[in-house]
Amino acid sequence: MLRFLLHRGGQALVAAFGVVTLVFFIQRLTGDPTALLLPETATQADIEAMRSALGLDRALWVQYVDFLWDMARFDLGRSFVQNADVWDIILSRLPRTLQLAAGALCVALLIGLPLGLIMALARERAVSRWIMGAVLAFQSMPTFWSGIMMILVFGVWLQWLPPSGTGSLAHLVMPSIALGLLSLATYARITRASVIDELLRDYVRSARARGVGTGRLVRKHLLRNALIPIISITALELSQLLAGAVIVETVFAWPGLGLLTVQSIASRDFLVVQAVVLLGAFVTIGANLAADILYSVVDPRVRLGAKA
Amino acid sequence: MSAAAPARRSFRAADLLSWWPAWLLFALVLCALFAPWLAPMDPDRQNLLARLKAPGFEARGAVYHLGSDELGRDVLSRLIYGARISLSVAVLSVLLSGVVGVTVGMAAGYLRGWTETVLMRLVDIFLSIPAILLAIITVAVLGPGFVNVILVLALTRWPRYARVAYGQTLAIAERPFVRLSRAMGASPARVIAVHILPNIVGPLLVVATLEFGLMVLFEAGLSFLGLGVQPPTASWGSMLSTGRNYLATAWWIATFPGLALFLLVLSANMIGDRLSDRIGKG
Repeated sequence: MLRFLLHRGGQALVAAFGVVTLVFFIQRLTGDPTALLLPETATQADIEAMRSALGLDRALWVQYVDFLWDMARFDLGRSFVQNADVWDIILSRLPRTLQLAAGALCVALLIGLPLGLIMALARERAVSRWIMGAVLAFQSMPTFWSGIMMILVFGVWLQWLPPSGTGSLAHLVMPSIALGLLSLATYARITRASVIDELLRDYVRSARARGVGTGRLVRKHLLRNALIPIISITALELSQLLAGAVIVETVFAWPGLGLLTVQSIASRDFLVVQAVVLLGAFVTIGANLAADILYSVVDPRVRLGAKA
Repeated sequence: MSAAAPARRSFRAADLLSWWPAWLLFALVLCALFAPWLAPMDPDRQNLLARLKAPGFEARGAVYHLGSDELGRDVLSRLIYGARISLSVAVLSVLLSGVVGVTVGMAAGYLRGWTETVLMRLVDIFLSIPAILLAIITVAVLGPGFVNVILVLALTRWPRYARVAYGQTLAIAERPFVRLSRAMGASPARVIAVHILPNIVGPLLVVATLEFGLMVLFEAGLSFLGLGVQPPTASWGSMLSTGRNYLATAWWIATFPGLALFLLVLSANMIGDRLSDRIGKG
């Protein structure tokens, strides 16, 4: 177990190091990152001052080592546009995005799992085909369109829900659904596949032969085994939700990290954009690591395989 | 015999109908190719007297079938021209990322050793950054525009093909005909091109079809955020973004481009699903 943990943790560290390097080089794709850090009204003198202040006149490798050192100390820098520490800016917006992601995850799990289960249990019937059609539709719907259509119908025409902004639980409903639809489709598909997989096994047949009813079979036997793949999917979904928040928050004027990113691009506040991207990547790496560890606890074959 | 004939004919009709995603995709391609002939008006021509008019509005003998936008441009014409952007960005970025990704994946899977380690680690690193965020930060650096969007999408998505190509190559590389060819002195490039590539095309096609739908969504998403193809060029994503500001007064501006996007992506996903049922998942 320890060997597996070290191996997997080492991989995660390499990935994190790689991500930081990648972001460093993306910044320098155009040669001069000062253009990204200053407003468009900046004069040539401002640019020169910024270059020496940031040490951009030094050799590339010196800058790179410096950047790595900053990242290792979790120093994200200071935003010139907002005149505040990037960390403080991020932390002030993070709770909103977490709320939204939690709401979306609820929507996805509470609707996606039952749909997948129904599709698996009724796989010979027309119901299953209809649900599959709906799932495909959810998967193909641009989040910004489904969001806007919900605002139109429930916010503007029916006036059941506030069209955008924050303030109450009602404000959270539409953004959560818009963000959750894609994950809902993924959960429904995975649940269907993994339940069908389990249904074909011997223990299910023998339980049926003993006269165990469908409800009890599902609760006591099927779900427990079929839920294992869902653990690792949830890790992937977390990063999907964080990335999807960029668009959903823009649609609903939800003041989280996503809206912050879009605003920061508009105001050329590049350090903030960079921080959100790094955060997204680290969440992904961390969630994958956590899922693998959890997986290996539930299913020892995984860590034995890794040893060989 | 005579009894069986009509049944057979109706089966064929149903078969054609069940391929509606392919027909829809074909129709959209035609729209994009023949946009100048199909569009009833010039997509960029403004008419400030006909701003925000509802579908069916008539002005000086011209009918705005799907209404007009905030500058009095015809929504239907912009929709038809917008298909050009969506389809061309998606096709070109799928091709570019596919070629890069498949080459990397096959090289890693066939050459093994340190090539494999370096390339596949690189794939892992790219996949650790959520694709939309990677695309956004790169566009923020490079600046928006048609070519940049394609480059960014390719940069973001090549690892997906690399993974599939790598896995498939590993499986094929140990088959007898590949080992024989290698034993007879064929160069790695020749083995990869002649023996491996033709045998892994199926799963790659499935991935490419599903990625096509995703690329359409990404392009529209970037345009929606103002990071895609720039105005006044008609793009479905940017039409949606303006439409959002006029929801209360003009629902049609946002509704129709979104519907077009949805149908395009849905047909790509359905074709991808069917292919993967036939060919097997990648």
